[in-house]
Amino acid sequence: MALIAELAVQGAQMMLVLLLAPLLTGFVRKVKARLLRRQGPSLIQPYRDLLRLMRKEVVLAGNASWLFRVIPYLIFAATWVAAALIPTFATGLTFSWTADLIAIVALLGSARFFLALAGMDVGTSFGGIGASREVMIASLAEPAMLLIVFSLALVAGATQLSTVAAFMGSPEVGLRVSLGMSLIALVMVALAENARIPVDNPSTHLELTMVHEAMVLEYSGRHLAMIEFAAFLKLLLYVSLISCVFIPWGLVTARSGPGAYALGVAVYIGKLALSGILLAVFETAIAKMRVFRVPDFLGAALMLALLGTLLLFVSRSL
Amino acid sequence: MTSIVALLLWGAAAFLGTAMLAVAVSRRGSATHLVYGATLGISAVMFAIATAALTGDPAGVSPVTLPLGLPWIGAHFRLDALSAFFLVVVNLGGTVASLYGLGYGHHEPAPHRVLPFFPAFLAGMNMVVLADDAFTFLLSWEFMSLASWALVMAHHREQDNTRAGYIYLVMASFGTLALLLAFGLLAGPDGTYTFDAMRAAEPSRFAAAAALVLMLLGAGSKAGLVPLHVWLPLAHPAAPSHVSALMSGVMTKVAVYGFLRVVFDLLGEPAWWSGVVVLFLGGLTAVLGILYALMEKDLKRLLAYSTIENIGVIFVSLGLALAFKANAMPSAAALALTAALFHVLNHSFFKSLLFFGAGAVLTATGERNMEKLGGLIHRMPLTSFVFLVGCVSISALPPFNGFVSEWLAFQAILQSPDLPQWGLKVMVPAVGGLLALSAALAAACFVKAFGITFLGRPRSAAVEQAQEVDRYALAAMFTLAALCLLAGILPGLVIDGLSPVTLSLIGSRMPVQMAQPWLSIVPIAESRSSYNGLLVFVFIAISASLAAFVIHRFASHALRRGPAWGCGFPDVTPAAQYTAVSFAQPIRRVFGTFAFRAREKVEMPPPGATAPARLTVEIHDVVWETFYQPITGAVGYATEKLNRLQFLTIRRYLTLVFLYLVTLLLVLALWP
Repeated sequence: MALIAELAVQGAQMMLVLLLAPLLTGFVRKVKARLLRRQGPSLIQPYRDLLRLMRKEVVLAGNASWLFRVIPYLIFAATWVAAALIPTFATGLTFSWTADLIAIVALLGSARFFLALAGMDVGTSFGGIGASREVMIASLAEPAMLLIVFSLALVAGATQLSTVAAFMGSPEVGLRVSLGMSLIALVMVALAENARIPVDNPSTHLELTMVHEAMVLEYSGRHLAMIEFAAFLKLLLYVSLISCVFIPWGLVTARSGPGAYALGVAVYIGKLALSGILLAVFETAIAKMRVFRVPDFLGAALMLALLGTLLLFVSRSL
Repeated sequence: MTSIVALLLWGAAAFLGTAMLAVAVSRRGSATHLVYGATLGISAVMFAIATAALTGDPAGVSPVTLPLGLPWIGAHFRLDALSAFFLVVVNLGGTVASLYGLGYGHHEPAPHRVLPFFPAFLAGMNMVVLADDAFTFLLSWEFMSLASWALVMAHHREQDNTRAGYIYLVMASFGTLALLLAFGLLAGPDGTYTFDAMRAAEPSRFAAAAALVLMLLGAGSKAGLVPLHVWLPLAHPAAPSHVSALMSGVMTKVAVYGFLRVVFDLLGEPAWWSGVVVLFLGGLTAVLGILYALMEKDLKRLLAYSTIENIGVIFVSLGLALAFKANAMPSAAALALTAALFHVLNHSFFKSLLFFGAGAVLTATGERNMEKLGGLIHRMPLTSFVFLVGCVSISALPPFNGFVSEWLAFQAILQSPDLPQWGLKVMVPAVGGLLALSAALAAACFVKAFGITFLGRPRSAAVEQAQEVDRYALAAMFTLAALCLLAGILPGLVIDGLSPVTLSLIGSRMPVQMAQPWLSIVPIAESRSSYNGLLVFVFIAISASLAAFVIHRFASHALRRGPAWGCGFPDVTPAAQYTAVSFAQPIRRVFGTFAFRAREKVEMPPPGATAPARLTVEIHDVVWETFYQPITGAVGYATEKLNRLQFLTIRRYLTLVFLYLVTLLLVLALWP
């Protein structure tokens, strides 16, 4: 019985991230529009977009290979699995030990690997430009992310997210300089990974500096729906990650009744809303940077993360 | 009862016999089948014996002394857990390479230059691992080097191959010289060359330090540590592809074995700074190796440079293991050593697989240059599938095997804040950053390797005519691809298999993994870190199929083919696609200006002129220009000057001899 309940909670988490991901993107778009004094599309517009795309037929480039058709599902699956492994409203779920934070980062790396390949499959210059820039960004963002993971792991003594979240919620954390550095670096990496301003612009097409949109240019119909859905999930994943590590309050830690879980979900949605508003304000306030300024931006994130880790190594003996 | 060692030596002798046979029959048509069939059988048997020895009790195997070699020493052979593990790696590589050779060998234009040396090469590698005294070790080492040199020179008429062979020969001699001196130091004044005696002797601190440095030079040059790697990207690609696979996937591992044998086994307790040195060299090698690979447009050279990166990753883990061992942290040392050995095994799988794939492409199209390839996924679907598996594995992406060893290395790094020395405290996180950087760059590199070679549109006519390769080659590649996946989803099996090695070298082991629920791997405790490749694989498979099923069932499965969209700006010619060089351009701008002094030069014709605009990219091999050019320059200068001595009269020669004698006698007289 207990096992069934645990599996149900795990399943609920998987469905929850799936259901909330388009809503978060729609919410960010709405807030951005309101900040620009536009009415903006409805909150459920991303769901409508997804449904519309799924119902449409796929127009495939003449020389697209089988890989091109498989990749959208792989990307979606890898991102979904990664998102479902992050504690959203509760820690210590049944399968939370399947992958620790390093493995979650690497799962996103798998998704990116295949996305870059998809960009190169048809053999147009747009796909190539997107893929080559994406791997350049990743080559800086991934080490930065891993160094952030190192800092968190050194503070909490674990790479297991549930343990990290539990530790960060406990009073023994205190204020630490290296955690502050990690937070800033993590936000920078999250902006780059999700193709947000100032690294990439999620709402433009045909801009010479675009990265993500250039790779998926040849996708249409249900394939595009899967890739868009994966992008929504990835944004939700990073927001959940930041909130579960840096604002861990309200997470359900022990097995408890439905009431506690409902409260946990409500708190989680509140955190998402807060992060969404902050993201929209940030994106409205800042301009997009040239693509070859991105290495400086991410290099700063990398250095901050390295400094945070070094501090932890050095302060261990003081 | 004959001991297992004798049995293995009979195997090595059988390899040598096959080599003799190959000399006799190599010009006949059936020779290819005969020789590769024989090596396939022998390697498979040796692999089975070594696996049994590793899982059994290797300590109980009695050593063998043969009355060969130097008369007062004899040749000692022994099998312990370490050598059993490396025998598994060598003979697994030998088995699949032979299987691949069964088909690939038929495309060989000069089989008599390959067939005799292939079994000899395998024999040499087996004997290095079995050797139990310095003399036998060095002899086998040289035999292995020379056999592989002969294989590198198999196509000696091709451009650059003679240069590759020459540089390889010089570097191999240099490496052996370093090893010779290292063993000389370890043997001490009484000249006991058996490993047992060296293990029992306590070398002085100076001798141990010098031996470590010499091992780094000797084994490091064979393995490809920066800056001793220069021969590797020249020599490995020059050989036939199944030999390239053996050289990259297996011979570099034999070099790692040599390093492990001396530094972890014979030298006794390491000094803490040795960890710093090895970590630094490993991190440098990993990042520089993969950056070189990214700049490369020759597929086989790209793979060779990526071997350098992987050697760097292995040496990072070895450095961590040394640091932990020096500070008496046995469980952390066992974790780091397991990560290193796991990566040794993984790299032998996926690098062999990738070289086989490159060989298949070479057979099908006659091209190694990626700028002339493209779109092969349509012509060679099976090869491209296994090559993709290799690319995903080597990029350290879950759920494949490369990720597991990298994950273990990261877990080992997270153990290191407790190290007391400041040098290590500062070095380890920096190297951790380098390791993460090299992993991300490796993914970029293999997106490029797969994307440019197999995806997109064909860039030359040869590609449009390409045919899938023969079934032997496919069988070899599919075997390795399956092993990559298996080691990725059942890592506990490998980790438990490695425990006898860490027990014998460190005296500790990782906890038993196969007993974990759901076959997870848990290095220390589940609340700290755990990873379950099997479940990750199953989850991804289920959610991908579920998504595809739901959409096809309830939404739409209609599909229409049309021309590529390309934002309404279709490229007319395949030459307008992204190439290997243009793909690397963003990374070259970020890292290359520093690492390679890369410069881009644009020549724009004046308005109205009909001359084409040109973009030239200038890249410097900084290591070659800093370390090797001065040496070759100095050698050239000295030989130029000494050349005059060839044309003297007899009187002058006599004068020289007389002066030399006098000087010698004076030195002897003045010697205290």
